[in-house]
Amino acid sequence: MTIPDDVLISVRDLQTHFVSDEGTTRAVDGASFDVRPGKTLGIVGETGCGKSVTARSILRIVERPGRIVGGEILLRRAKGVVDLVDLDPDGREIRQIRGGEIGLVFQEPMTSFSPVHTVGDQVIEAIRLHKKLDAAKARARAIELFGMVGINRAAGRLGEYSWQMSGGIRQRAMIAMALAGGPRLLIADEPTTALDVTTQAQILDLLRRLQRETGMAIMLITHDLGVIAEMADDVVVMYLGRVVEQGPVDKIFHEPKHPYTSALLRSIPGVQNQARVMLPTIAGSIPHPFARPAGCPFHPRCTEAIKGVSDVVVPEQIDLGGRHVVACHLYDAEAAREPAAGAAREPTAGAAR
Amino acid sequence: MTTVVPTAPTPAPQRERVIGEAILDVRRLTKFFPIRGGLLRRVTGQVRAVDDVTFSIRQGETLALVGESGCGKTTTSRCILRAIDPTSGELLFRTKSGGTVDLAKLSQRQLRPLRPQLQMIFQDPFSSLNPRMTVLDISGEPLLINGMRKRKDRIDRVEHLMQLVRLRPEYMRRFPHAFSGGQRQRVGIARALALNPRLIVADEPVSALDTSVQAQTLNLLLELQNTLGLTYLFVAHNLGVVKHISDRVAVMYVGQMVELAERDALFSSPKHPYTAALLASVPKPDPRLRQQRTPLPGEVANPADPPKGCYFHPRCAFAVERCKVERPAWEQLEPGRWVRCHRAKELTLPGISAA
Repeated sequence: MTIPDDVLISVRDLQTHFVSDEGTTRAVDGASFDVRPGKTLGIVGETGCGKSVTARSILRIVERPGRIVGGEILLRRAKGVVDLVDLDPDGREIRQIRGGEIGLVFQEPMTSFSPVHTVGDQVIEAIRLHKKLDAAKARARAIELFGMVGINRAAGRLGEYSWQMSGGIRQRAMIAMALAGGPRLLIADEPTTALDVTTQAQILDLLRRLQRETGMAIMLITHDLGVIAEMADDVVVMYLGRVVEQGPVDKIFHEPKHPYTSALLRSIPGVQNQARVMLPTIAGSIPHPFARPAGCPFHPRCTEAIKGVSDVVVPEQIDLGGRHVVACHLYDAEAAREPAAGAAREPTAGAAR
Repeated sequence: MTTVVPTAPTPAPQRERVIGEAILDVRRLTKFFPIRGGLLRRVTGQVRAVDDVTFSIRQGETLALVGESGCGKTTTSRCILRAIDPTSGELLFRTKSGGTVDLAKLSQRQLRPLRPQLQMIFQDPFSSLNPRMTVLDISGEPLLINGMRKRKDRIDRVEHLMQLVRLRPEYMRRFPHAFSGGQRQRVGIARALALNPRLIVADEPVSALDTSVQAQTLNLLLELQNTLGLTYLFVAHNLGVVKHISDRVAVMYVGQMVELAERDALFSSPKHPYTAALLASVPKPDPRLRQQRTPLPGEVANPADPPKGCYFHPRCAFAVERCKVERPAWEQLEPGRWVRCHRAKELTLPGISAA
């Protein structure tokens, strides 16, 4: 088990399925990507694309009946590379990693804190789980963390309950708790979706500052392409459990290769766009998980689908160079052999509107 | 960028959309909710949810009401529909017959004949449709209540409505669970259109939808407005969506309207510091536009205990002494442009330039 030096965590062909009487939901179905130390990886996709299940798989907190059925999650630790998939989800090692080397921030800070314990007690508990500190030192550390995330009057705020805090402060406290173990990777699952836009700007600013100060990597999961454009160094675009495209943020927004990525970018009503024009749309809607299309999962909605290929063969990951990877038959010389007009139907344009 | 994108934005068919006179004049609307406390449940305070709001909606336009959670945008829209009773103020509504009535003064009974003219599209397409009713019953119920007794007539009308919202009429006997989120939202739109309303209040109609489905729904709303001459009061927090659909935009903060202007004027040259801060906070979907910006400090004021003077002054970078003591009035700065700010005339604030 080796991973390149400039990679902190490498997810390879991850498959997480949910098996029930009605059928199997392949929530994550062969996702591969790397997180680089000190960088922000944005994972973007719509409902049901598997972005949250991917995060939960890394932390080994997938709830039943969900199960990792294949793939590797290789994390670089001080004593070498470990495969998180091999670990006992309740075991000692994963409990050191979860909250220790990998911190987690959820979307809804209201439900992530216990309402019957003070926020301070919960943060102190998190600190003492991962650091050998006595109560007084842990408390001092909690005050320090609150200060780091920009909570004023930190000592007083430790005694508050989560429901006494505003959404923005609660999310800051959540981030403070995620930092308790001194993580090298912070997974933030829709950290600003429940927040107002001015509060969102504050939290994104905070995450950027913390990354500068601590050098931690951030895995930012969101459906909001604006947040991705603002924050990410690298982007992974997911659709129905698969990574359809990944690459440096500028490539994804300015030279998207997958028809889904470019269609998604075109369909955002942006504040800079011309008003009251018909937005380009993606036909149809996201399929039901039990009615997963064969071949390329996007082909029924794709204007570029190649009949007899896209609906039969699952596209391979094609390396376009410069860390830009796409899973699309249009870029597979063999699959797209049929019409010679390959260049003419290359999907282009995205953010460059 | 070598090829032309086949689905490049095309202007919506402008069937010379006429924007007419005001059909609703909201004057000095307030809605205070009492805070009760203590053993005797006495009123100990007031939440000033809507605090002296004045604006009008013109026939055929989309007026967007924007602001952050708790700013009173939804309460304002619910007062207009009389889903809740306003504390004070006037809601002058021009009816189909040409008369003007004050909706705020009418009893629920007197309102009933006017109800068909005021309809609503809800945010959540999952909880706003009765799971035990078919689409025919959902969209046909307002018709039945308003005198369309013959089932055959209702079927014909619902068939027409479904075509309008781009759903297959064959599906009218299906239940909501058989539809996707976007399709359900279309059912909700069909229901709102059933009685040819004069004013449609749409409260966050696309915020529960995925990006790809959201675009379809926005297109439909624009198209219906162009073909049927609908008037929308569009309540939303997403400024991209608001920019896309509106003709005029009203910004609310802590129960008050702070700015009202034509869409392009508001986005390109905001006059209220809060509007400018909101615009600056929106993440732009283009990594090349990343900027070093200073987020608006602090938090939204408590509407139960708003600050003295201007409600925005504790967070405002331009606040002067006067802002801390004197409450700014809602004033017309130039024709069509209303601002609640002492310094609106002298400030030049950055907006968003078109790409």
